[in-house]
Amino acid sequence: MKNPYLPYPVRIDEIITETEDKNLKSFKFVFLNPDDEKNFSYMPGQFAELSVAGKGEIPIGIASSPTEKGFVKFTINKVGAVTGHLHNMSVGDTMGIRGPLGNWYPWEEMEGKNVVIVGGGFAFTTLRSGIIYMLHPDNRPRFKDITVVYGARTSGMLLYKDELAAWEKRDDIKMHITVDGTTDPDWKYNIGFVPAITEKKITSADNAIAIVCGPPIMIKFTQPVLEKLGFPPERIILSLEMRMKCGIGKCGRCNIGEKYVCKDGPVFSLAQLKQLPPEY
Amino acid sequence: MTDKVINKKDWAGVLKGIRNFYRVFVPAREGDFHNFRALEDETMPNFDFFNTRLSPKSVVYPQSERMFECLNDPENPEKGILKEAAKDYTPQAVIGIRPCDAQAFQIVKRNFDNPEYRDPWWVKRFESTVLVGLGCNSPCPTCFCTSVGGGPFQEECLDAILYDLGDRYLVKGLTEKGKEFSSKLQGGAPADEKAGKEAKALVSAASEKIKAKVPIDKLGGKAVTALFNAPFWDEVAFSCINCGTCTFLCPTCWCFDIQDEVCGKQVDRIRNWDTCMSPLFTLEGSGHNPRDKKFQRVRQRFMHKLKYYPDKFKNGIQCSGCGRCVRYCPVNIDIRTVAGLMNEYKEK
Repeated sequence: MKNPYLPYPVRIDEIITETEDKNLKSFKFVFLNPDDEKNFSYMPGQFAELSVAGKGEIPIGIASSPTEKGFVKFTINKVGAVTGHLHNMSVGDTMGIRGPLGNWYPWEEMEGKNVVIVGGGFAFTTLRSGIIYMLHPDNRPRFKDITVVYGARTSGMLLYKDELAAWEKRDDIKMHITVDGTTDPDWKYNIGFVPAITEKKITSADNAIAIVCGPPIMIKFTQPVLEKLGFPPERIILSLEMRMKCGIGKCGRCNIGEKYVCKDGPVFSLAQLKQLPPEY
Repeated sequence: MTDKVINKKDWAGVLKGIRNFYRVFVPAREGDFHNFRALEDETMPNFDFFNTRLSPKSVVYPQSERMFECLNDPENPEKGILKEAAKDYTPQAVIGIRPCDAQAFQIVKRNFDNPEYRDPWWVKRFESTVLVGLGCNSPCPTCFCTSVGGGPFQEECLDAILYDLGDRYLVKGLTEKGKEFSSKLQGGAPADEKAGKEAKALVSAASEKIKAKVPIDKLGGKAVTALFNAPFWDEVAFSCINCGTCTFLCPTCWCFDIQDEVCGKQVDRIRNWDTCMSPLFTLEGSGHNPRDKKFQRVRQRFMHKLKYYPDKFKNGIQCSGCGRCVRYCPVNIDIRTVAGLMNEYKEK
């Protein structure tokens, strides 16, 4: 019987400070046993429990794409005991990863459709995974237009700045980067909150699926914008967060009604959520 | 036939003898109450009880359990790598478990042992456990097992059952495990017709004593959002002090927490029973808490037992009718009343 609670041992291979407040760092992990990497076969949208022996475990969305081989990447906000400790760890240190856990964005359903991605703040991690996945030459033909609205408080708070710049230059993905406000005279992208930029830049819901991932306040104000554009609840996809421990639907705390965010989610359509108690 | 009749004056000796084959758990007095205890030389088994204060769920699912361990020593090349902690799966027998508490194991099993994920520790310990029931000659006024698919002599979830015939016990093996247990009991005589008749009389007498009827028949047909938004939750929760006694005593509550404990260089990852009555249960790192209000937590407990669980597993409610939460709630919140409110609720 495979033990679903036992983390795979990994080594920290690279640490990148992502944001100007230094509160977000990306970690690249390499599996110590090559077989574990095979067993850790995931899809964009899934998450894993990062385990630091002596500190505990935390559920974090996977920021790398399955098309990127040899490592897995997570971007971690410094919040509590485990993340605080992680931020002080060094390249070469050993820790654990347990997963992949949860479901993923509905890639099969999105085939042949326009994809609209709306992200805010540090919730952009699994969206990065999805974008890298879709832009891979093997996958790009499966999807029609890809449009991304991504915002942060300031330009220094945007994640993956080099990649954003590279995507800006491509013609097979339309980027709408925005910041809440800036005094930088050289800022060449949008200024404004994500819902407002979405309203301005997204013009059609025809044959399109929207994936929304961000802080609750952003989701709250983006939802009516998308509905006004004509996205039905079945085609608005959200990724949720909740306090978790086991990650496999057993420990009982991350339920929304009879569903567990860890096992039945974290990805839900708005149509699914409307059938459940609004307790998240 | 492995069915036996054992004289009560020989019972203590028989229990002692079965220790050669199993780690044995028996009811014993603890102050004014009974609880299950491992049978040691000094243990005084006492089968004169209604039900134990705590259910024997900890025999399969300990309140605190070491999952993994590691040595965080700079010299240790495997520093930071957790390994499974040593576990003990010695065959064990719970003798005197009430049928409701045995049914609770089946209710919990759907969570820990399903096709999606199997919890290795729960599953292995359950497999190494034989449940020897004791039928209820005198059910309590708070018992309502007959409303939730059980009964005072329900055999379905047991491996063997004892009938208390006054001066002797009738032991009936029900499963392979139970028959093996029965065959290992030293002494006693093969069950006779007289014992069988007496046992039958006990069953019908006991069933008649359970008067409580808990209505749950209409719960399945109601919309989950309607029950969730029902107006009675504030009132149900009004007197609750969030002490968590109900979830602690409940044989069907399975929620757990995982914590790392460090002592010097030794690291242990431990799982502990947890309770949805605590605001910490759902408090997120950001400070957000989807159930930060008392009534939300009380609602969660009842909705989980009476609506979410049955909707999910389609196999009855998450309650075996033992009545512990009713008996020990310090403010008299009664699941039977709440079930009635939910069952009768009509959305306006």
